[in-house]
Amino acid sequence: MPEAALTHADLHAHASPRQQHHFDTMAQQKEAATLGMWVFLVTEIMFFGGMFAAYMIYRMWYFPGFAAASEELDITLGGINTVVLIGSSLTVALAVHAAQEGKKNQTVALLIATGLLGLTFLVIKYFEYKVKIVGHHLPDGTTITLFPAAGFFDVSQSEHLAPIASQVRIFMVLYFALTGMHALHMIIGIGILGVILWMAIKGAFTKEWHVPVELFGLYWHFVDIVWIFLFPLLYLVHRHG
Amino acid sequence: MTTSDAATAVMPARHYLNEQRGIRSWLLTTDHKRIGLLYLFSITAFFFLGGFFALLIRLQLLSPEGALMTSDVYNRMFTMHGVIMVFFFLIPSIPATLGNFLIPIMIGAKDLAFPRINLLSWYIYVLAGLFALASLVLGGVDTGWTFYTPFSTSFSNTPVVTAGLGVFIAGFSSILTGLNFIVTIHRMRAPGMTWFRLPLFVWAHYATSLIMVLGTPVVAITVLLLAFERVLRVGIFDPSIGGDPVLFQHLFWFYSHPAVYIMVLPGMGVMSELVASGARKNVFGYSFVAFSSLAIAIIGFLVWGHHMFVAGQTVYAGLVFSILTYLVGVPSAVKTFNWTATLYKGSISYDTPTLYAFGFLGLFLVGGLTGLFLAAIGLDIHLTDTYFVVAHFHYIMVGGTLMAYLGGLHFWWPKITGRLYPEGWAKLSALVVFIGFNLTFFPQFIVGYLGMPRRYAMYPPEFQLFNVMSTAGASILGFGYLLPMIYLTWAWFYGKPAGNNPWGSKGLEWETTSPPPTFNFDRTPVVTEATHAYGHPEEVKVA
Repeated sequence: MPEAALTHADLHAHASPRQQHHFDTMAQQKEAATLGMWVFLVTEIMFFGGMFAAYMIYRMWYFPGFAAASEELDITLGGINTVVLIGSSLTVALAVHAAQEGKKNQTVALLIATGLLGLTFLVIKYFEYKVKIVGHHLPDGTTITLFPAAGFFDVSQSEHLAPIASQVRIFMVLYFALTGMHALHMIIGIGILGVILWMAIKGAFTKEWHVPVELFGLYWHFVDIVWIFLFPLLYLVHRHG
Repeated sequence: MTTSDAATAVMPARHYLNEQRGIRSWLLTTDHKRIGLLYLFSITAFFFLGGFFALLIRLQLLSPEGALMTSDVYNRMFTMHGVIMVFFFLIPSIPATLGNFLIPIMIGAKDLAFPRINLLSWYIYVLAGLFALASLVLGGVDTGWTFYTPFSTSFSNTPVVTAGLGVFIAGFSSILTGLNFIVTIHRMRAPGMTWFRLPLFVWAHYATSLIMVLGTPVVAITVLLLAFERVLRVGIFDPSIGGDPVLFQHLFWFYSHPAVYIMVLPGMGVMSELVASGARKNVFGYSFVAFSSLAIAIIGFLVWGHHMFVAGQTVYAGLVFSILTYLVGVPSAVKTFNWTATLYKGSISYDTPTLYAFGFLGLFLVGGLTGLFLAAIGLDIHLTDTYFVVAHFHYIMVGGTLMAYLGGLHFWWPKITGRLYPEGWAKLSALVVFIGFNLTFFPQFIVGYLGMPRRYAMYPPEFQLFNVMSTAGASILGFGYLLPMIYLTWAWFYGKPAGNNPWGSKGLEWETTSPPPTFNFDRTPVVTEATHAYGHPEEVKVA
C-alpha cells in the first residue's frame, strides 16, 4: 500500500533521527522510556524485597547470632564503601546535569569519575569477600571461615560463635546473597556506564536528547540506595549505644 | 457472522504477514503482531507437551494400583505437567499472544512502547523453555510444581536447579511483558482514547501487568535462594540448620497466588469483549468491571496465606487470610454478574466465541464458588491436598483461562490471519471441550470430597469409577483441543477472506484491515466514543 508508506514517511519527515517509528513525538518517546525505567526499578525493589523479608524474619528470631556475626564484618571497609557510593551518586547526578546542559566534556569527566568510584567499591568488596573466604585469624591464633566452604560456615574454632553456629550461617548466607546481588548490579551498572560513556565521547548527547544518561542515573541511584539499606542492616546490627 | 461482508471480502494486498518474508524477518521482527504469533507457536508446543503428561497421569489413574508407572515416575509426571502448564503455558498464554497482538491496536498505537524488549522477552521465554526441556531430558523433577523445601533442596535427586532456573528465567520474560504493557497503556493511547474508553480487555491486561511486575521478582529471588541452598548446602529454608521451610512457602505463594490472577485476569478481559460483541451491548457497569480487575490484582496480593492453612501458620494469620480470600470473591462476582447482565436482553449470536464465553461463565462460576469452600478454614482442613483442590483450580485455570483463550483465539483469528475458520467444526469443538472438561474434573470434586489425596500414584478401589470417568473425560478433552489446532491452521491457509469486521463488532481492531498493516493503521485513529458503544440492541441488525 504505497499510500500507507507515504503517510508514514510524511509523519517522520521532520522528526529527530532519534525518534523511533512507533512514537508520535520525542516527548512521548522520552516519557515512555522514563516510565519504563521507573517500572523496572519497582521490579528491582520487589526482587531485593524478598531477601529483605527473609532478613527481617531471621533477624527477629536469631538476634544473638545476627549481632555476633555482624561484628565479624569489617565496618571500616564497609564504611569507606558507603562514602564511595554516596560520592558516585553525586558524580552521576552532576553528569546528568551536565548532559542536560549539553556540556560534553564535563559529562564525560563525571561519568568516568562515577565509573572509577564504582570500581573502587568493587575492589574493596573483593578484599572484604576474600577475608571471609580464606578465613580470618582470631586474636587467640585460631582461624574461622565465613564463606560457605565445603558445605558449611566453619565457626567451630570460635568460642563465642560456635554455640550459635546455625544462626551465624543464616546471617552469612543473607550477607552474601544481599551484597552479592548488589555487587552484581554494580557490575552490570558499570557495563552500562561503559556504553553510555562511549556514546558521550562520540558526542551522541545533546541538550535536546540525553535520555540514556538520565535513565542510567536513575539505575545508579537505585543501586546506591540498596547499599544505604544494606550497610546498617548488615554491619551495624549491634553497634549502637 | 455478517455473511454479506464475508462474501465480498478480499485479502488486503499488503499486511504484516506478507510485507516481509523469510525466517529472518520473523526471528528479528519487532512487530508486536508477529511476536504475538511467535509466542503463540511456542506456547502451543508447551501446551501439548504439558497435555501429554496430563494424559499419562490420567492413564496411570485408570486402575487403583496404577498399572502404568512407578510412584517415582508418576511424581515426575505430575510435576512436569504442573511446571510446564503453569510457567510455560498459562502465565504467558493470553497476555503474550492475544495481549501482545491486540493491545497496541485496541488503543490505536503503532506498536508496544518497547518493541525490541518485546522481542527480547520472547527469546528469554525460549531460553527458559530450553531449561525446562533440559530438566526433562535429565529425568524430570519430582518435587511438585511448588518446589517445596526442604524436599527440593535437601532430598530430591532430580534436576531441581535446572527446572528452577527455567522458572527463574521465564519470570524475566513475564516481567518485561508486563513492563511493556504498563508503559504502552500509559503513554501510547491514540488521541481521544481516554482511560474510560479503553476496552475492558486492556484494563484486564493493565491489572495483570501490575501483578507481573510486582510479583514475579519475588518468585525469582525465592527460586534463586532455593538454588543457592541446594548447590552450596547452606540453610535458609532447611530446618535442620535453622532455616524455615514455611518461609519458602510464604515467599513462593506471595507470587504464585497472584500468579493465578495473572492467568485468569486476561481471560476475564477476553470475556468482556466476547460478551459485549456476542450480545451486541455495551458491557453492563463498564467502570465496575474495569475497577474489579484492579481490585482483584490488589486484593490478590493479600491472600497467599490461604495456601498454608495447615502448614503451621498461626490461627490469627489464618483468620485474616481467610477473610481476605472471601473478599477477593467480591470483584470476581461483580464481573460474573455484570457479564450476565450484559447478556440480558442482548441480541445474542451463538457464534463459536460466544459459546466459549458461555462455557467460561458456567465453569468460572463453579471454580470460583468452590474457591470459597476452600477459603473456609474449617472445611479446608478436610479438603487440603485432596482432588477437590485439583478440581477447583482446574475449573479456574482450564475452565476459565483456557476457555477464554480459545474463545479469544476464535474471536480474533479472522483478524490475526485475515481468514474465516469453519464455523461448524468450531462449534463442535467448543461443545466437545465443554463436555470433556466437565467429565474430567467434576468427578474430581466428588472423589476429593470423599478424601482421595492428590499427588498419589495409587488409590483405594472404591474411587475407581470417578477416576475412570475422569480419564474418559480427559480423552474427550484432548480431542477437543486437537480439533481447533487442525482447523485453525487449515483456515490460516485456505479459509475465506474475513473482511475487516466479520462479527460486526465495535473496537479499533475491527476498523483496520484483516490482517492489519505492519503499523496497524494507515493513519493514527482519533477516538470519539466509548469502545463498546453498541447502542440499543434493536438498532443493530445482524448482517
